[in-house]
Order: sequence, then C-alpha cells, then structure tokens
Amino acid sequence: MKDIIENIQTKFSISEVTKQRDNQYFISVEKKDAVQVVTYLKDIEKFSNFILLTAVDWIEKGQFQLTYLLSDPINKLDIGVRTFIERENATMDSAHHLWEHTATFQRELKEMFGIDFPGSPRVDEPFLLEGWDNIPPMRREFDTKKYSEETYFPRPGRTTNDPAEHMKKKLYPNEKK
Amino acid sequence: MRKNNLFHWTPDRSAFPTAGADGKLDIDLDSHKFVKIWHGPNHPGVTGNMSLELTISGDEIMESKTHVGYLHRGFEKLYERRTWIQCFPTVVRMCVPESDSNEYNLSVGIEELAGIEIPEMATWLRTLTLEMSRLQALLRIVPAQGGTLGLGLGVQWGVYLRDLILDRFEELTGGRIYHMYMIPGGVRGLLPEGFKDRLEENLKLVDEFAKNLKRLMLDNAVFKKRTIGTGYIPADWVNKYGIVGFVARGAGVMKDVRKDYPYLAYDQLDFEPTMSTDSDIYARTVIRWNDMITSVDLLRQIMAKMPTKGEFRAPTPNVLHWEVPKGEVYVRSESTRGEYGFYIVSDGSKYPRRINLRGPSYTHAVSLLEKMLVNANISDIAAIMVSLQTCPPEIER
Repeated sequence: MKDIIENIQTKFSISEVTKQRDNQYFISVEKKDAVQVVTYLKDIEKFSNFILLTAVDWIEKGQFQLTYLLSDPINKLDIGVRTFIERENATMDSAHHLWEHTATFQRELKEMFGIDFPGSPRVDEPFLLEGWDNIPPMRREFDTKKYSEETYFPRPGRTTNDPAEHMKKKLYPNEKK
Repeated sequence: MRKNNLFHWTPDRSAFPTAGADGKLDIDLDSHKFVKIWHGPNHPGVTGNMSLELTISGDEIMESKTHVGYLHRGFEKLYERRTWIQCFPTVVRMCVPESDSNEYNLSVGIEELAGIEIPEMATWLRTLTLEMSRLQALLRIVPAQGGTLGLGLGVQWGVYLRDLILDRFEELTGGRIYHMYMIPGGVRGLLPEGFKDRLEENLKLVDEFAKNLKRLMLDNAVFKKRTIGTGYIPADWVNKYGIVGFVARGAGVMKDVRKDYPYLAYDQLDFEPTMSTDSDIYARTVIRWNDMITSVDLLRQIMAKMPTKGEFRAPTPNVLHWEVPKGEVYVRSESTRGEYGFYIVSDGSKYPRRINLRGPSYTHAVSLLEKMLVNANISDIAAIMVSLQTCPPEIER
C-alpha cells in the first residue's frame, strides 16, 4: 500500500496520509485534483471498486469534507480520498463518468448537503425528499428539533394529558380520589 | 446468457422509441404509444417501501426510475445529537430484515477507533448471531422468490421457520427483530442453558425445509420457465455498477466479505460461497438456497468450535460520557445481500461526527435496477427486484 501512496505523491500533492490499518489508508488531496486522483486509482492502481462518496460537515471550519472510498478487489485494499471544499456555494467536479452508481451518491449529496455536481445525471431531481423547501437537512445548521417543533407542534386541537390521570378518568370515572 | 428453451418469442419492436445522440430515449407521451405507470409503493411485488416510475410500451418497460423516500427517518442526521451508545437503538433499524449487521458494524467501528480488542468468547457469539441473522433473512427471502411468481406455499413454510430462529433470538437477546446484542467491547451476555440443543432442533427442520423447497420451487417447471434467462446481469457490470454479494457471485465474480476480508471467526470455519455464471434470477435463487444450507452448516460448526465459557465483554469507558478518539474508518461485513459497510468519523467528542451506511441496495435498487428493467416485461418486475433482494430502508436511512 505504501508504494501506491508514493506513486500518487509523484503525480499529485497529498497534504495528509492516515493509516487506519494495513489495508486501509485515507489521503487528503486538493479539490482540483480529487477526481483526477480517483481516476488514476481506478485506471492505473486497479482500485476498480467504488464503494461510496459521502460528505462530512465541518461547520466550524466552513468546509465540507468529501470522501471517495475505493477498494482494490484483488489485493483487498481500501483507500479513502478526502478533499475539502468551501461550504458556501459548494460545488465539486462530477465523477459520474467513472462508475454508473456514482451519480446516485452525487444526487443525494446535492439534496442532503447542497453540494452541486454540475453535469451529473439527474442531480437536480429529488432523491429522498419531495417538496422540501428548507435548507439541505444534513447541513449541521439545520436544527431537527426546532424544525419539528415549528412544523408539528403545537397542532390546533391538540391536548396533552397525564397518562395515569387520563386512564384513571377513562376507566374508573366514578372512583373517588 | 443462457436461453430458456421452454419460452421463445420475438417481440415486435417497431413501436420502440428511438434513442438520441446522448442515448436518451425519445419518449413522447402524447403519441399514445407509451403509458406511464407506478409500480409501488404499496404493491405486493415491491420489496419494502419504494416505487418504480415506469414508462411502458405494451407490457414492455422502456424506462424505469426508482423512487425512494417513503421510509426516510433521518437516522444519520439524528446521530449528530446522540452519544455513541444512544445510536444503537436506531442503527439496527437501518435494515429491518437483517438488523444485526448494523449493530456489528457500529460496534466494530467504535472498537477500531478506540483500540479495543474483544474477548474470544464475544468473537464467537458475534459470529453465531450474525449467522443466525443471515439464516432468518434467507428463510424469508428465498421462498419469497417463488412468491413473486405466485408460488406462496414456500413463503408460509419459511415464515414459520424464521419465527423459530426469532424465538432463539428472543431467548438470547430479549428482542425478536432488533437485538442490540452486540455492543462496543463485546456482547451483552452468554448463551442461555440448553440454547444449542434448541437451535439444533430448529436447524434440523431447516434441513428438511431446504429439501422440500428444492422440490417445490427449484424443480418447478413454471418457476424455471419464468426465471431462467430472465434478469440477466453481465459480469462486466459488477464493478461498473458496484454490484456485491450473491448478485456478483451469480455473475461469476467472487464477492464475499467473509472470504475477502475475514472477520470474527470466519477464518476458522470451513465453507465455500456458491458461484454461478448464469447470472439470471434462477441462478441467484439457487445461490441463496445454497447460502441457506451453508449458513446451517456454519451454525453447527460455530456451536462445535466455540468456547463454553469465558469473558464476553472487554472493559470500555463509561458509555454515557465516552469520547471516542478522533479518526475515521470504513468497516464492512457480509449481509445476505452483500457487502454492508459503515463509514464512521469521530471528532473526538461524545457524539459521532458522521455515520454513513453503504448498503448493497443503494446501487442494486437504484442504478442497477433502473438499467435491468429496460426491455423487461412488467410481469417480471417483482421477480427481478426480489432476485436483487433490495431493501429500501438501507437506501434512505
């Protein structure tokens, strides 16, 4: 695995290498190189299996971390290619031309994090949410508790009862306290 | 692709839409040649809560789009507010039919980040639980392949036997569907008295069931007629579409995490995953039928080889205040549907920074199914979906 990392280093600049275990490494590359590194790993280093693409929101740094996770099915190696992009107007190059299923991950990232992948097929179509008009929900500033309180409570006509008192009243209305 | 000698026909494709330069079909709904219909979300032939938006010409599918979101519970978002241990009650619900892969992956991910080694007894108990989970899932889904084509009897046999395995889960963990038995550091307890004998009694019934199911379903002329040559997947699609598990093995590509990345006690067990090159619905059914027999055999091997006593849980910090060390990891295990992975990121706080599930259905039910259904007959949709064993909850999380 070390030789693969060295090969990548001769062609692209890697800012950080993290060894998780002998067959799993994570590398950080610049945004402009990320898709090229992934292409290089697929075509030259035989990382032919694309596992996932996901984002991590580092709101305190104003950045999204994108992780492309690839595996080499012959030598049983995993590599995670990390890149950091700005949270504001987040855009990333599309990698849909490399694997057919990459477009699905990009479509979900557009919906859930608001990261755009121009040119990716059906990237603007809703994936899980329909008629969503709020900020992308996986962004950390989206407050689920506040949203549910505003959207679902208090509902007109809704009353709250103490369960013990309510059942007592319902089941034994004539019983004195 | 093998031809089905029992069933030959040449469709009239004169009315087919033409494809543009970008490969997109020129479908004009106003031409009255095409009809748009919805298959699901409430349909007996749909595996769970998802639907397919189909454009059909006659009874042949021109275009298919998968729609999910009917079961989106926002678990990955909720983990921003949960401590690591609080994630367990919801993480098991990410895949309803086979919940144990979730708790295993999360436990092992936390252990890897925190550098915790589990005792040998816990290793065997986890292997046992994962195999029991695989068996109960297969008991439900293998006969269901016949159910999609109107052969409902096997489903009823399978549901009964699955319930017996769920009885064993209940006495081991207290829960039937969601167990939360595997926790960081090991498992929650040892086997109850007489557990192995009772499980062996159940396994004998499963042996009998496997023989009967073969006679009922796999040797059935109608089942063969409908499934041989249908739902074909070329081997070169495996990496292109991210195909894993028995679907890849059906296409002649060996993919089984238990063999490729041995975990727990699987390297001490003797088994060989079934392969095929026919890559149609029938081949995938036979593979899963064999997986069921393999699972029974593995359970017997585990019970024979596992230690009888020992520590079942390694000490961990107080889980209520546990700050898992900073880092990121991808952990995987083999579910009945294939590689099941968790990408976990910790920022060193009490709460996970990110837990992302990558289930097999994420590609099988979306990009692969959309491609496979083009030119398929609408009567085969249910059979094709079940032959991929798609599970919408793991797409939506």
